Amino acid sequence: MKFILKKFFDLIPTLLGISLICFFLIRLIPGDPVLNLVGERGLDPVKYLEMKKTLGLDLPILEQFWIFLKKVIQGNLGTSIVSNNSVWSEFIERFPATLELGLIALIFSTIIGIPLGIYAALKRNSFFDYFLMSASLIGYSMPIFWWGLILILIFSVKLGLTPVSGRIDLLYEVPTFSGLYLIDTLQKSVLNAEGLKPFFSAVSHLVLPAIALGTIPLAVIARMTRSSMLEVLGEDYIRTAKAKGMSKKRIVYIHALRNALIPIITTLALLFGSIITGAILTETIFAWPGIGKWIVQSISSRDYPVIQGGVLIISFIIIFTNITVDLIYYILNPKMRN
Amino acid sequence: MKLVIYCIFVILFSSNAQAKNLVYCSEGSPSSFNPQIVTDGTSVNATAATIFERLVDFEYGTTKIIPSLAQSWEISKDKLTYTFNLRKGVKFHTTKSFTPTRDFNANDVLFSFDRQRLKDHPFHNISGGKYEYFDGMEMGKIIKDVKVLDPYKVQITLNSPEAPFLANIAMSFMSILSEEYAHKLQMTGKMNDLDNNPVGTGPFIFQSYLKDSVIKFSNNPSYWGKHGNIDKLIFAITPDASVRHQKLKTGECQFVNEPSPADIVEMKKNSKLTVLQDAGLNVGYLAMNVTKKPFDNLLVRQAVNLALNKPSYIEAIYLGNAKIAKNPIPPTIWSYNETIKDYDYNITKAKELLKKAGFANGFEAEMWTLPVARPYNPNGKKMGELMQADLAKVGIKVKLVSFDWPTYLKKASQGEQQMLQMGWTGDNGDPDNFLHTLLGCSAVTSGSNYSKWCDKKFDQLVTEAKNTPDVKKRTALYKEAQKIFKEQAPWVTIAHSVVFKAMSKNIQGYKIDPLGHDIFTLVNVE
Amino acid sequence: MKIFWIELYFELKKNKGSMVGLFIIGISLFISIFAPILSPHNPAEVFPNALRIPPSFLSGGQNQFFFGTDDIGRDIMSRLIYGSRISLSVGFSVVILSLITGTILGVVAGFYGGLIDRFIMRLTDLIMSLPSILFAIVIVAVLGPGISNAIFAVSVVAVPNFIRIIRAQVLFEKNRQYVQAAKLFGASNFKLMFNEILPNCMAPLIVQATLGFSDGILNCAALGFLGLGAQAPMSEWGTMLSDARSYIESSPWMVTLPGICILLTVLSFNLLGDGLRDALDPRLKKQN
Repeated sequence: MKFILKKFFDLIPTLLGISLICFFLIRLIPGDPVLNLVGERGLDPVKYLEMKKTLGLDLPILEQFWIFLKKVIQGNLGTSIVSNNSVWSEFIERFPATLELGLIALIFSTIIGIPLGIYAALKRNSFFDYFLMSASLIGYSMPIFWWGLILILIFSVKLGLTPVSGRIDLLYEVPTFSGLYLIDTLQKSVLNAEGLKPFFSAVSHLVLPAIALGTIPLAVIARMTRSSMLEVLGEDYIRTAKAKGMSKKRIVYIHALRNALIPIITTLALLFGSIITGAILTETIFAWPGIGKWIVQSISSRDYPVIQGGVLIISFIIIFTNITVDLIYYILNPKMRN
Repeated sequence: MKLVIYCIFVILFSSNAQAKNLVYCSEGSPSSFNPQIVTDGTSVNATAATIFERLVDFEYGTTKIIPSLAQSWEISKDKLTYTFNLRKGVKFHTTKSFTPTRDFNANDVLFSFDRQRLKDHPFHNISGGKYEYFDGMEMGKIIKDVKVLDPYKVQITLNSPEAPFLANIAMSFMSILSEEYAHKLQMTGKMNDLDNNPVGTGPFIFQSYLKDSVIKFSNNPSYWGKHGNIDKLIFAITPDASVRHQKLKTGECQFVNEPSPADIVEMKKNSKLTVLQDAGLNVGYLAMNVTKKPFDNLLVRQAVNLALNKPSYIEAIYLGNAKIAKNPIPPTIWSYNETIKDYDYNITKAKELLKKAGFANGFEAEMWTLPVARPYNPNGKKMGELMQADLAKVGIKVKLVSFDWPTYLKKASQGEQQMLQMGWTGDNGDPDNFLHTLLGCSAVTSGSNYSKWCDKKFDQLVTEAKNTPDVKKRTALYKEAQKIFKEQAPWVTIAHSVVFKAMSKNIQGYKIDPLGHDIFTLVNVE
Repeated sequence: MKIFWIELYFELKKNKGSMVGLFIIGISLFISIFAPILSPHNPAEVFPNALRIPPSFLSGGQNQFFFGTDDIGRDIMSRLIYGSRISLSVGFSVVILSLITGTILGVVAGFYGGLIDRFIMRLTDLIMSLPSILFAIVIVAVLGPGISNAIFAVSVVAVPNFIRIIRAQVLFEKNRQYVQAAKLFGASNFKLMFNEILPNCMAPLIVQATLGFSDGILNCAALGFLGLGAQAPMSEWGTMLSDARSYIESSPWMVTLPGICILLTVLSFNLLGDGLRDALDPRLKKQN
């Protein structure tokens, strides 16, 4: 309990620091948000000042920060200068897209990565092992912005197997239930109107971005599984089990795997952060309407509130995931409790 | 094995888009759904070209002015009073939030003009209270008064004769909004909705918008005019040109906006696609700031004109899909002066002029490169790199600079640049819209004269032409003005680009709009 | 010290992967040093009559342009060769910057502990809780696009890794006998930190520095791809890639080649880093 409390106490300066960074760093970006709103053909100075006032950009900067902080504590992240929507509602609108992409990428990399890793560990120093380790290192070194383009070039453009970009065929109307299209397209109203087509459309749009985003996690998971399996297989109790004549299958799947899973799960959770990083590039390439694309676009249109709010929410999410991982680890690993 | 996987993919993922729907891959997000507020082509396509109409409109595919919401009009002898007879029985859209109880009438016209014209109008300050086009065209100064004579008759009086007035009110920002809808929103306190959930009289009804992703429209069943058979019109927002091309090929969209010059050859080869092309109503140019040294020197400006190898830009940047420009107006606009002789590409002569001007060893200068892709300059950065190499040959060392688009425009209109890549697409097909708007003395202060070049003789000619109703006289004046422009060389005119539109074979009846908008009113999907 | 390096080399030699990595690094180092001699053309030179010529081994290629030309007629091979110069120096600068800052902060944090430690670690947590690319993008957006700003941004993002590693090592070393002995002999804190403790932190530092190279190169290329990295007329791989994006169908070589260069360079440093980790860390070696 003390451990948990301490963790949360440690959080406060970090969160405050992030708010500070978000606010000031972004405020230094050159370029005038008011002018950005105005567009191409000029504006008279009186109206310019009026707009500045309505946006609260004429106050002293410290006062602006104080207002910002008060609002954040109240859960109010401000409104987008460009669209006039609240930052929170824009985030909520886009987060499911990123979550869906991230989860599928993570599932993809897990269900392929773990078996490969186990197999490589069992066939240590075989050709397969070497091949897998080399392939995973290549995957780990992959510039995903290039990888995504190559995937599009091959599968969409040359072979015509998958759509080029987007989340679903735009002709389908999908009412929001969970925000995840793979679930929403299975709602009764959709099924009655269009059958399974919208679902498959969502799947086909998801394939390439998930592969692009999942490549690095796949490599990491395969390597991690392999090494933690090797470590466990070398432990005394496994040797004892072997000596007792337990079947190899039983040893691998019941004893070794269960113990090897702890570090694997930790890795998985820590990959969440890198998935979000990867999502920024992947979403840009595949025009995936998620938070990565949202933030990159806001930077180019100097939408301060969105950048502030967006970066803030993303880092909060990552911090809380990390805390959760720590807690899970704490619960799973009795040694740490003392 | 490969074949099996392929088959499974095809069965699972092939989407058979139903006929009668048109997915249009557009290049960006609209900045608002009120055409009075917006100035960019992207937003105009999503509003004025679909949802709204004006008193008069341009005939499809031309710049000829035809009756629209006004059935006819009379112009007084002194050219100061315009009386419009409005069309009867025109219905506004019925949407989720609004059901009209009356037909379109004079109150709607009055409302649409007054919102922009009168600073104390209740809707004037909604969405920021800025009407760039209305102010930029000086409509507030031109219009003296708007009066409702009877429910179907509106009278507009002007302060002074204005030759392009009808063309001005055919422009997107003069779209007619519903006064009844506005009134209803005012009662419920949701005045912002007027600009977010638009209601118009046009051929398409606004359905929904997901920011940066998709806009959906449906057919207006009670449209008064002729229209094609499109049921659902969908704008798929796709900023990257190569992605638009790929989506067109895979059938994810049937029409793409602004295809990249690089893809045109392949599109033309593809038997499933139709590529239309037309000379654009545009000009791309390099402006030299005459208030900055050494470009105050006429010889230097002429030398730069001589040093740039324009044909190589046409080849590399426009991939041959443009004409070398010699005048500031494109040849498709009346009063284009054929007799003007352009500066040739001549390095030795350029060096001589520089020597005469006292820059035998050249000089250093900054050039600003266009940060966005436009038809008149699809790749400013690359064009800058080519110009950099050309100017180096005559001893001018160029540093390339660029900013994000709004900053670029702001700094440029304040005149901070030495050399600046810029361009223009005509708004109404009148030479005034180029020569007075871009090169007149008043444009130096208002900003759009990026050379800050104010020539008394030139300005006199274009101002006189503006207030002269007779087209013949105007033509003569504009031709004379173009001569002065060429001699004084405030710009290096670079290109008038060809505009391309690519679509699936089953799209019929589409015509290229010379003003650069995409209009689907009369389009049929087969 | 000399023995350390020789031992390390022999240890490394056992690992084929790291030798491959070392080999590729050697080649790219050679290429970037002798770029002016090796490249057939000036990378900024425009051939107006040779737009988007395919590589010479494909149909339609020309012999003078081995890897073809780009959209305004520049020789791609020369641009790639000069690009390796930029990528390697970017990687080097990032490593040096983040290594120095990270080491100083890490040693100080680990050695003094207490409030300073807490402060530095909070700072580290802070930077690490922001996704690295996102943070780098924001920094570059603030400072303006350009190669030096990109390097700075990527270095800032890389610093926490060094701090954490060094700090952990320092915590471990600082209570060992040799440090206590030096302390008794009256060595100053500065001397203790940088003369006694730091040399014993070399192993993890070398591994992290090698991996830092690949991260630095990759992140800078990503910034270049987003248009925030090197500016014209510099020929940086990420920038070349993003410029080539609109020609992905009509001239796929413009997209393929810079990507392969990035991949190979990043891969080579990862291979070497892996090998170094195995060679330097006996505990990990057991598993492989």
